Amino acid sequence: MGQFVTEIKSGGGIAVDDTIQVKGYETKAGSRILEGFRPLFSAEAVERLERAGYDIAGKSAVGEFGLDLLGEFAYGAETCDTLRGAAAELVAAGTVKGALCVDLNGTPRRAAALSGVDFLKPTYGTVSRYGVIPCACSGEQIGVAAKTAGGVRELLRVVAGHDPKDGTSLPAETYDYHDGKAAPGMRVGIVKELYGAASDEQKARVTACAERLRGMGVAVDEIALPLADAARTAWNLCLCAETCNNVSRYDGVKFGYRSPDYRNIDELYVNSRTEGLNFLTKFVILYGSDVLSKGRYFTCYDKALKVRRLVAEQVKALFKDYDALLCPACSETEYRPYDIKDAFMTVFAESLFTAVPNLTGIPAMVSGGVQFMADALRDSDLLNLAEALEGGNAS
Amino acid sequence: MKYEAVIGLETHVELATKSKIFCACGGHSTKGEPNTRVCPACAGMPGMLPVTNKRVVELAMRAGILLNCDISRYTTFDKKSYYYPDLPCSYQITQWFHPICRNGSVEVTTKDGTRTIGIKQIHMEEDAGKLVHDDWTETTLVDFNRTSVPLIEIVSKPDFRTADEVMAYLEKLKTMFRFANISECEEGAMRCDVNISIRPEGSEELGVRTEIKNMSSLSSIRRAIQYETARHLDAVERGTETLVQETRRWDDVKGRTFSMRNKETAADYRYFPDPNLMPILIGDDWLQRVRDTMPASVEEKTAEYQSKGLSEKEIASLTSERALCDLFDAVTALGRDPKDTASWILTECGGILRKHGQVMSELQITPERLSRIMEKVSGNEINRAAGRKVLEAVLYEDADPDAYCEAHNLGAQGDADAVRQVVLKVLDATPNAVKDYLGGKKKAFQALFGGCMKELKGNGDPQVIRALLEEELSKR
Ligand SMILES: [Zn+2]
Repeated sequence: MGQFVTEIKSGGGIAVDDTIQVKGYETKAGSRILEGFRPLFSAEAVERLERAGYDIAGKSAVGEFGLDLLGEFAYGAETCDTLRGAAAELVAAGTVKGALCVDLNGTPRRAAALSGVDFLKPTYGTVSRYGVIPCACSGEQIGVAAKTAGGVRELLRVVAGHDPKDGTSLPAETYDYHDGKAAPGMRVGIVKELYGAASDEQKARVTACAERLRGMGVAVDEIALPLADAARTAWNLCLCAETCNNVSRYDGVKFGYRSPDYRNIDELYVNSRTEGLNFLTKFVILYGSDVLSKGRYFTCYDKALKVRRLVAEQVKALFKDYDALLCPACSETEYRPYDIKDAFMTVFAESLFTAVPNLTGIPAMVSGGVQFMADALRDSDLLNLAEALEGGNAS
Repeated sequence: MKYEAVIGLETHVELATKSKIFCACGGHSTKGEPNTRVCPACAGMPGMLPVTNKRVVELAMRAGILLNCDISRYTTFDKKSYYYPDLPCSYQITQWFHPICRNGSVEVTTKDGTRTIGIKQIHMEEDAGKLVHDDWTETTLVDFNRTSVPLIEIVSKPDFRTADEVMAYLEKLKTMFRFANISECEEGAMRCDVNISIRPEGSEELGVRTEIKNMSSLSSIRRAIQYETARHLDAVERGTETLVQETRRWDDVKGRTFSMRNKETAADYRYFPDPNLMPILIGDDWLQRVRDTMPASVEEKTAEYQSKGLSEKEIASLTSERALCDLFDAVTALGRDPKDTASWILTECGGILRKHGQVMSELQITPERLSRIMEKVSGNEINRAAGRKVLEAVLYEDADPDAYCEAHNLGAQGDADAVRQVVLKVLDATPNAVKDYLGGKKKAFQALFGGCMKELKGNGDPQVIRALLEEELSKR
């Protein structure tokens, strides 16, 4: 498994998700609606890699706009079932040294957990989103996949940094990847609500990890994050609203797919979008359109923004006592095929494990099949924890 | 029964910024061939992120200060969604929840007196592109030059009662905004939506309201208001039709308004805060800086020019254009006499522009060059007629005053006219020496010659001076 949709340079280098633009190479974001779209510029993260001497190996496959679980519902995926978790699989197979993936609703974290590689979704605002095909701008974030935490740290240092082209980019002096705490002496809390919702195999992974941490002098106990469920709802609501708005630019007028069948401008819009977008995206658009509508804005969208603030406060309070949170990255240890008609609810269910970092902007790292979260800008603590668990090669 | 009209205005004004509101493209909507002032951001390409042009915020604050508004300390940008081919992202970035200015007022004066018009709010937003319908090929083309050009929308309270008041208000905004460098207010850079209803005079209740969208010429706005008021009156008094709340379009050729069906009013724009644009916090320091750097108002300039001895007429002409005031101020700052400067700008520059079929607002000259020409004339290096000639060359051939004089042999060395003026001046000023010379004292010639050289600051050609002196003396 693991496939490029566009191979740029063979023989190693870095894979870049097809939701991230590389100048001159078709960027479809897994969707027919962007067929033939060749961006005029590269993403800032890609530019930084190239400036530092890394080769871009190719564009790794993603599901349409990265909205599905693992990339299973990409345009063209009907004829090819090797697209799932493409970037993580390419890393696992050693085809590439690392990968840049957009974490919109946990996809790269799930993929890393299933493929056994490391992935860090860094603090929101530390890696520029300039050049990312946008869906939910308030929480999506480019992250880094690599075989080891050391590999993640190396690439993150290259791609992170202030970018004036991204208005939400943080000033560079607020973070660095070498100031982390040493793992021994840390306090880690297992998130009860997320642990409890996972399969027995997943629970066993978390428990085994906790044991190893204790063995190296890390204090581990169970903590409660009562708003975990509300956080999932709030994030999916924001995601749908923002995605609905952002994908409205694909209207068949300027670039990408245009239906050959129209007699007027309304038909051009409707037919191009009907033929160009998949069932899941349409579901997201309808849901997002609904929560932003006049009658629902204050009962839905505005409420989600309030929940967002509450969750951030609850998480902030936890990090007064804990250095990191430990939980599964997904409910099961294996992928089970399902029908696209159930995709919206399936992704919604699974995002219970991944929503809090997207909603609040805190960093989250998957390593050894489990997930850690830390306070904003404490990405290096996560890297240190993962390195300690990977044994010996801590820097 | 006597009725009165209740009119409210939404006025869109294009801001005079160098670049667009969220990208680095040039900000002027009317310049350039179609689609030459666009970048991936304002063309709606995915992956580009908006970054707020700070100048836009400052100009909006400036407008708010002029219109006596409260300036919000917390202001946000929101997205407004709708599909139209001139809108590349299918959403417009505007301000819905927290506009930058609120609760202002402005006084308007008509022949019937002065009234205060309330300002509900001012908000910032980006403009959309332009559709060009080509009847020949039956196609519609899109020009994105105007997308993301910064606008402010000034929403008045429904405080107008007559078309005259609306005209006075718009004229006043135009003068104020031009003078404060907020907007150039050129043709099409100011567009209005007008809300109208009528009610019995003295009543507090509002009648059925209609909105006429998107008018940019003052005469259309006046005619549309007059037409629509009459239509409402006919409907209410004579029952000619039943009024419905709707959006209408003004047809300037037919001279009437038409219903735009209910398409526009039925739209749900699904506003929400733009997560890519952080809320803007306006602190005391920033607000004070904007206040401190506000260009002087017409009233302040008038007082200043009065104290410099300019006539009412000169003051009125200069203050009709911010650029003329700036030129005047810069030239006088270079040491030129205020009265003389006003005359050079208004009479000389004005005359030459008129000759070329241009108006004062098109005047383009650097203060240094104008000052140099004035210096040459007042220093008798060249006479005023020659000065005019140089000025024309500076204005229309981009000539440098000194280089032009040299190339065309103007100035004391070659310009016999100018030297003759000096000679005559010296002869008139020293009648005794003239009398002596004419009486046979040839030595007096040296004194007269020396006087001319002195007047010409040593720049005169002795041979020319001598010849002219002899010539003029022979006439006496
Ligand atoms: Zn632009």
